Amino acid sequence: PRPFSSLPEKGSIEKILVANRGEIACRIMRTAKRLGIRTVAVYSDADRNGLHVKSADEAVRIGEAPARVSYLNGSAIMEAARRTGAQAIHPGYGFLSESADFAHLCEAEGLRFIGPPASAIRDMGDKSASKRIMGAAGVPLVPGYHGDNQDTAFLKSEAEKIGYPILIKPTHGGGGKGMRIVQNAEEFIEAFLGAKREAAASFGIDTILLEKYITQPRHVEVQVFGDKHGNVIHLNERDCSLQRRHQKIIEEAPAPNVANDFRSHLGKAAVAAAKAVGYYSAGTVEFIMDTISGQFYFMEMNTRLQVEHPVTEMIVDQDLVEWQIRVANGEHLPLTQSEVPLKGHAFEARIYAENVARGFLPATGTLHHYQPVSVSPTVRVETGVEEGDTVSMHYDPMIAKLVVWGENRDAALVKLKNCLQNFQVAGLPTNISFLQSLADHWAFEKGLVETHFIEHFKNDLCVDSTEKVAEETYASARLGASIVAACICEMDHLASSETPLACIGGNTLQSLWYSHPPFRMHHSPKRKMELEWEIESAGSCEELFKLVITYQPNGSYFTEIEDCDFPGWNIKVTHLGNHKFRVDADGFSTYVTLALYSKEDSKHIHLWHDKHHHHYRQIMKLNQYTDDESHHKPVLDMGNRPKGSVVAPMAGLVVKVLLENGALVGEGQPVLVLEAMKMEHVVKSPRAGYVEGLQVSPGQQVFDSSVLFTIKDK
Amino acid sequence: LPFPRPDSPFSSSSSSASVLPDGIDRSSDAFLRNSTAARQLLSRLHSHVQKAFAGGGPEAVRRNRGRDKLLPRERIDRMVDDGSSFLELSQLAGYDLYDEPLPSAGIITGIGPVHGRLCMFVANDPTVKGGTYYPVTVKKHLRAQEIAAECKLPCIYLVDSGGANLPRQADVFPDRDNFGRIFYNQAKMSSEGIPQIALVLGSCTAGGAYIPAMADESVIVKGNGTIFLAGPPLVKAATGEEVSAEDLGGAAMHCKVSGVSDHFANDELDGLTIGRNIVKNLHMAGKGVQPSHSSDYEEPLYDAEELRSIAPTDQKQPFDIRSVIARIVDGSEFDEFKKLYGTTLVTGFARIFGQPVGIIGNNGILFTESALKGSHFIQLCVQRNIPLIFLQNITGFMVGSRSEASGIAKAGAKMVMAVSCAKVPKITLIVGGSFGAGNYGMCGRAYSPNFLFLWPTAKISVMGGIQAAGVLAQIERSNKKKQNIEWSEEEEEKFKSKVVEAYEREGSPYYSSARLWDDGIIDPADTRKVLGLCLAASVKSVTEETKYGVFRM
Repeated sequence: PRPFSSLPEKGSIEKILVANRGEIACRIMRTAKRLGIRTVAVYSDADRNGLHVKSADEAVRIGEAPARVSYLNGSAIMEAARRTGAQAIHPGYGFLSESADFAHLCEAEGLRFIGPPASAIRDMGDKSASKRIMGAAGVPLVPGYHGDNQDTAFLKSEAEKIGYPILIKPTHGGGGKGMRIVQNAEEFIEAFLGAKREAAASFGIDTILLEKYITQPRHVEVQVFGDKHGNVIHLNERDCSLQRRHQKIIEEAPAPNVANDFRSHLGKAAVAAAKAVGYYSAGTVEFIMDTISGQFYFMEMNTRLQVEHPVTEMIVDQDLVEWQIRVANGEHLPLTQSEVPLKGHAFEARIYAENVARGFLPATGTLHHYQPVSVSPTVRVETGVEEGDTVSMHYDPMIAKLVVWGENRDAALVKLKNCLQNFQVAGLPTNISFLQSLADHWAFEKGLVETHFIEHFKNDLCVDSTEKVAEETYASARLGASIVAACICEMDHLASSETPLACIGGNTLQSLWYSHPPFRMHHSPKRKMELEWEIESAGSCEELFKLVITYQPNGSYFTEIEDCDFPGWNIKVTHLGNHKFRVDADGFSTYVTLALYSKEDSKHIHLWHDKHHHHYRQIMKLNQYTDDESHHKPVLDMGNRPKGSVVAPMAGLVVKVLLENGALVGEGQPVLVLEAMKMEHVVKSPRAGYVEGLQVSPGQQVFDSSVLFTIKDK
Repeated sequence: LPFPRPDSPFSSSSSSASVLPDGIDRSSDAFLRNSTAARQLLSRLHSHVQKAFAGGGPEAVRRNRGRDKLLPRERIDRMVDDGSSFLELSQLAGYDLYDEPLPSAGIITGIGPVHGRLCMFVANDPTVKGGTYYPVTVKKHLRAQEIAAECKLPCIYLVDSGGANLPRQADVFPDRDNFGRIFYNQAKMSSEGIPQIALVLGSCTAGGAYIPAMADESVIVKGNGTIFLAGPPLVKAATGEEVSAEDLGGAAMHCKVSGVSDHFANDELDGLTIGRNIVKNLHMAGKGVQPSHSSDYEEPLYDAEELRSIAPTDQKQPFDIRSVIARIVDGSEFDEFKKLYGTTLVTGFARIFGQPVGIIGNNGILFTESALKGSHFIQLCVQRNIPLIFLQNITGFMVGSRSEASGIAKAGAKMVMAVSCAKVPKITLIVGGSFGAGNYGMCGRAYSPNFLFLWPTAKISVMGGIQAAGVLAQIERSNKKKQNIEWSEEEEEKFKSKVVEAYEREGSPYYSSARLWDDGIIDPADTRKVLGLCLAASVKSVTEETKYGVFRM
């Protein structure tokens, strides 16, 4: 590649403030460090100990946890830049990255905004304006009619021109109200009138527009890059069709099942789009692709570095953040279009804290165990968290991005599956096993991706909580529970042999009590363990395994499950450190990883073996109780007292009476003060109500358990 | 250090000299005969133990489970540290003692660690006669307390008992070593700073109520645990008051009102967890860290399982006790003391799991010299605070005029004096015969060894059955002669065989174990392990001073 031409405008950037958090902040800083550029992090109170704060040379607090008062607080970020002397601001993605005002503010303050010009952000930010500009620039748009003429016959003829199926959409409103899909001309009138009625009823305005309905769309986007000298190139496309809740979860580059001439067609359209708005820095032009016709149409342009930019980096072997910084410095692009390579294939899987079974709802919690796969030139893990960190409700619940590269799509997919199997997160629910099912799906393997993929294959991908868990999964959970039991026994053994018995003399003779296997007189030592299997993929179903572990003379464990017809396993365990074990179960050897942590009074155990990840809870008590039952109600002397009586806790002298009869009291409010044993005791109301029957007065002696007053219900 | 450490530069060449030879001729007839006999003995032992493990039988076990209660051994398993050992004592107590079976005497006792601290467990078995105390039950309970007091082990009582067995009250209630002694022991141990902890997991009626009441700390389980001097039926009979067991003496009442119990447990596992926490929070003064012994030790060079085939069932067959020692001591290393003198008694130093021990084993009849050698060796061990291990296989002291003239009674008395007064941990293992004064000199039950175990080949009686039959036949013959009664050879043989049969029965290890003459019959292959566990329990951090009486010189 041609080196960057070094024609800086006003000196090169030496210190960058990253106005973001999490993985993207870490990722930007990594490149900055490599280039010898100092970095400044900003953080909210929630991120005080965040990885992005630790990764930066300096860090500035910008506000409380809510993004509104921290990462979206432009003036606080400006102030941080002033304080630290940063010359440039990288906004990352999200937050202020697509705020034209913020970009403008940066330039006004004399700071370089590492991103596109504010004007381009503004032009592309308005969805209908952007479509107009694109149309004028000759970029293909979804065929449709967006005009004022609402005459039925006219619109029907427009529909014929566009071609069926047609989507009828009110110009105002949203949420799918008033939308109609029309398959042919015969249905048009009825659907049109229905949509109008519904729009009028819902939004008060009944104007509608027509668009071609794309039955099997794909989301294909092109990475573009421009410099401040008018050069714009594209770095090939990505396919981001795999989405849930309108959010991408697996992206790949290049798009599968796409011909080369189509690729260059798409790329040219994207470059034209960028040029139309005078674009520089990194941007993405999104297209909707009709898998049936092979046509593609402009959707929108994202004027920032995107979450999934690493897949592009992998196939072109470039660092896009470096490009952004160089472009901000005023340098030329390092490559011409013809020099842009396309090497191999890359996938990105987004690992989220989320509850897949409950409609992919975001989840929060602590990363009690966090062991991502090890990185290599072909495997990247972009993360902004460490073990022990909390995924809070304040920000995006993404834990990490897993990026893999292979010589071709099949090779990359093998790697993706393998990395997902070995990506270990415990402490909160994640979408990892869902990503595994996606990666394993036959249609995905063939590259038959489209926007409705997850919806279409819902039955293959999600286990319905009402359905029975697959026998294979169940069998692996049973074996898993047995392995867990054996590993726990082994760990207990190791812990006791390493800990000296301080209280009875720390010599080898005493540790004999913890020898392996433990001694029993004339019988084999056994241990019982109750493990509850949490079936996360099926909501919160549980299955209790009652395990009986028999210690074998050779140091292995024979594990059986009570009330279960399956024969037990003879398991030998070697602890390798760092949660890893070598397990030999009846002649079958494998490596497993175990994570243990306590949460809400339970011991949680996660096991990764083969491609499975199981989550168990060790039951320490037979049942869970409320404390109420320990309240004994003495039958002895309560009978003759009125309900709600408050009695003197001991014999003493009344020194103060704070309230009168009939007074309204709250729970715990002081009513009178007693003195006894040289101490004052405040008698409080046990609950809210009215004071009644108060007959004592200051100076009066009262006896132990004599009734002082009663509290009557409100 | 009493021993040169194997890795010390001073012991480089001499250490190999003390390694014992194998000592077994595996091709000999005796070995094969013993192996076959050992298999039968062990299978008989295991079948007896299996019966004891069954407790009060399937129906009683089912009823127990129906009340969300664990069996006593399961309770202990859940309470000792995960993956730790438990040394159960006297599993066969009560065997064949009463008309009705009384498996394990209705009470499980033994030693196990809780949060790293060795504790004595005493757990009633409610499936056996409602956990009531028979005379042997009391004896087993008191024996556990005796060990705890001697070894300063916190006591954990897992109470689930109907109290004294009423039909046998006369043999249970009033005597010195009867039911009352349990509470006396609790008071004395508590006063000595040995924690007394009671977990009330079932009923705890009448006298039983004092076990938690006398405890330093107690736990009671909701629903199952009750403590009262008299249960609802007796209360109704005595005062007419009608009250439920739970209101009369349940967990909530005792924890909130009476204060008889300190901790409220929601269920049994909860109660056992609370019990563990109590032990965690113990702080026992005077239980300091003792000097650490060499942390590395070698296993014996020879197969421990062969111990099963060493001792013959026929007491007349001699065997070298060194072949036993070679299979229980570290590296089979044994430094003999006075090897060439009084050779029928083998004495010497060794280590078991790194712990120095003095071993005294029989290799034949005790002569005057052997007894003197034994007394000398015991004094040596006392001087150096080294625990003693007695390996009994003794037919007795030598008889006859030459022996008497050599003052064998004096020599035996010296050994008894030394054994009685030695204040070091003592553990006795009877591997073969244990007859007459040999039993005494070799630290029999009467000499309060910290622990006493039997091999299935053990035989215990005042003398051999045949010898006794001979003596008794002579007396009988002279009696008959005085009364001028004819006594045919045939009648004499019948008389003799009856005596031999009685001695055979009463000399059996099962007869002994049933009556708590010992702490259990062990598998010879477990010997090293059991000795190690016992040593760990009985080795004290503070040396006790030994004072001897007058030795007859």
